[in-house]
Amino acid sequence: MLNIKNLQVGLEEENKQILKGVDLNIGEGEVHAIMGPNGSGKSTTSYVLAGKDGYEITGGTVELNGHNLLDMDPEERAAAGLFLAFQYPVEIPGVGNMTFLRTAVNAQRKARGEKELTAGEFLKTVREKAKSLKIDSDMLKRPVNVGFSGGEKKRNEILQMAMLEPKMCVLDETDSGLDVDAMKLVAEGVNALRDGKRSFLVITHYQRLLDHIKPDVVHIMANGRIIKSGGPELALEVEKNGYADILAEVA
Amino acid sequence: MNSLNAKQETSMSLAKQFKQPHGAKWANDIRLAALNRFNDQGAPNKRDEYWKYTNPQKLTSIPTEPAALFSNEELPMFDGVDRLKIVFVDGVFDKDQSDDLTLEGAVIETLSEATLTDIHWAKDLFGALEKNGQDPVDRPLAALNTAMAEQGLIIHITSKCIKPLAIRYIHNSETSDVLVHNVIKLEKNSEFTLLESGAGAARFNSVLEVDVADNAKFNHIRTQGRDHERKTVTHLFARLAKESIFKSFTMTVNGILTRNDAILEFTGDDAKATVAGATAGDGVSFHHDDTVFITHDAVNCESRQVFKKVLRNGATGVFQGKILVKKDAQKTDGYQISQGLLLDDNSNFLAKPELEIYADDVACSHGSTVGAIDEDALFYLISRGVPRKQAQDMLVLAFLAEAIDEIDNNDLAEDINARLAAWMDRR
Repeated sequence: MLNIKNLQVGLEEENKQILKGVDLNIGEGEVHAIMGPNGSGKSTTSYVLAGKDGYEITGGTVELNGHNLLDMDPEERAAAGLFLAFQYPVEIPGVGNMTFLRTAVNAQRKARGEKELTAGEFLKTVREKAKSLKIDSDMLKRPVNVGFSGGEKKRNEILQMAMLEPKMCVLDETDSGLDVDAMKLVAEGVNALRDGKRSFLVITHYQRLLDHIKPDVVHIMANGRIIKSGGPELALEVEKNGYADILAEVA
Repeated sequence: MNSLNAKQETSMSLAKQFKQPHGAKWANDIRLAALNRFNDQGAPNKRDEYWKYTNPQKLTSIPTEPAALFSNEELPMFDGVDRLKIVFVDGVFDKDQSDDLTLEGAVIETLSEATLTDIHWAKDLFGALEKNGQDPVDRPLAALNTAMAEQGLIIHITSKCIKPLAIRYIHNSETSDVLVHNVIKLEKNSEFTLLESGAGAARFNSVLEVDVADNAKFNHIRTQGRDHERKTVTHLFARLAKESIFKSFTMTVNGILTRNDAILEFTGDDAKATVAGATAGDGVSFHHDDTVFITHDAVNCESRQVFKKVLRNGATGVFQGKILVKKDAQKTDGYQISQGLLLDDNSNFLAKPELEIYADDVACSHGSTVGAIDEDALFYLISRGVPRKQAQDMLVLAFLAEAIDEIDNNDLAEDINARLAAWMDRR
């Protein structure tokens, strides 16, 4: 599904290398987690995958289902099936949540040559999915993320993911700022989307989220590289001992 | 002083461009007094403080520069509304294109006929709010209008008008230089909606005087016509009595020069007023100026100014807005926001927000911002698959939405939103 080879990325505005050769292969239906200390390059990886400006790719390749992802505009990446759940979802006053979602869903369908959803079809689907995420109709009517609590913003990200039905979901610290109940709700939303084909890359600081979203593979990222990969037990090790042991071991 | 002489030379020759209207004595007296005001003040020029950001030269040049006519496929504004329609062609009332001047709850006359009548209620209002609005700031082009305008409507609202009145100003001659003066008096507890649309003329000078009595409600929605080369100066004078409600919204796209002045005065307690505008400007020749002066001279009144301008390809937007709270105007709530959204580095937004407060128990706030499209919001939208241009358009319309929200009519708000969306596509 997602194949990252020796990805090297710097900041455009300053001469600073952030990713120093990341290798990552996520197969169809797999859930991978990336953990790592602050500043290790986790969020940069997610932004580079989604196509955010401001980064300079200095080496390596990224393929999504065999297509060169780095050649695509962000909207093309979305239509090709990539989705990034933001760590900090942006508030957009003046743009209704529903209008935004319907525009996005139909823009992707159009880009893929599929029939656009009618207002009725869209409404029916969005109501069902919103209900399971405990998003009430008032939240749907409000401007995108405006006045939403931290938990509501993250649930709104998962709702978008559910509506857009991506192939490859990247979740950037989706657990940050969530209480236990909200985390459970978000995790349930993610698990509902696991169908054996859809793949996930879950970026997190804490093992807690991985109790709810069970990963197949856990990677530890430090200083712009993936320094260790393993099974779910790796996350438990981090939770217990912190990163120091692993960092020392690799060094 | 030399400059004063030059201003007066210009004012005298400008007034001579128009035929002196002749009416009943009261009307002649009002017009003569206004002409004297105009000549005393002289024509405005770019050295005037009040015209610092907008050079009035195109509004005072003799003769006016021609403006090409404009036509398009869009349904004319307000055509879908159940309304009484009145048409002016190059500033002249067109009886054939207009409906009969009968509207339940209103008495409608043309200015030219009303000013011929020996005894008329309008003698206490025609030119009176304009004259009152000359202090503390000179508004010479409004005085010129009172002095020389022969065309317009005199409207008396006696009860709740169910239908709006829609005035369409058609621009039909490339060299037309036009004055239109409308006077509206709303009696106690009455309600009235005025819709205005169209460029009106190559150079269009309009004055609207509105007197809103106790507990009356006035609603005004205006679109200014897409003629690219039109020059427009408008003055809206309003006097607001106890518990009255006043709302005015203006949409402007195109035109090379637009100056919209709104001069409001609260004279009765517990009244509310909103003046709002959404502007979309394209190109170096686009210059748009909203100038507002709101005087609070009563207790517990609420005023709102909401102005949004999106500018591209070197367009210029100006906002000058003042809230004056007099000594006894306690519990005043004044709000003012003016924002410019620049779609490129060549465009300009100039703002001069002012508060002058003499009462000690008031809540006044003002904010003015200028900026580009929020890159984080843009990325958020396109990362969900919305194409970049469409995402930009969504953000531009979102920016204008706060002003459009001030329109007290959902259908018209949607119509105006759709027209602004169409403007986004024309690039």
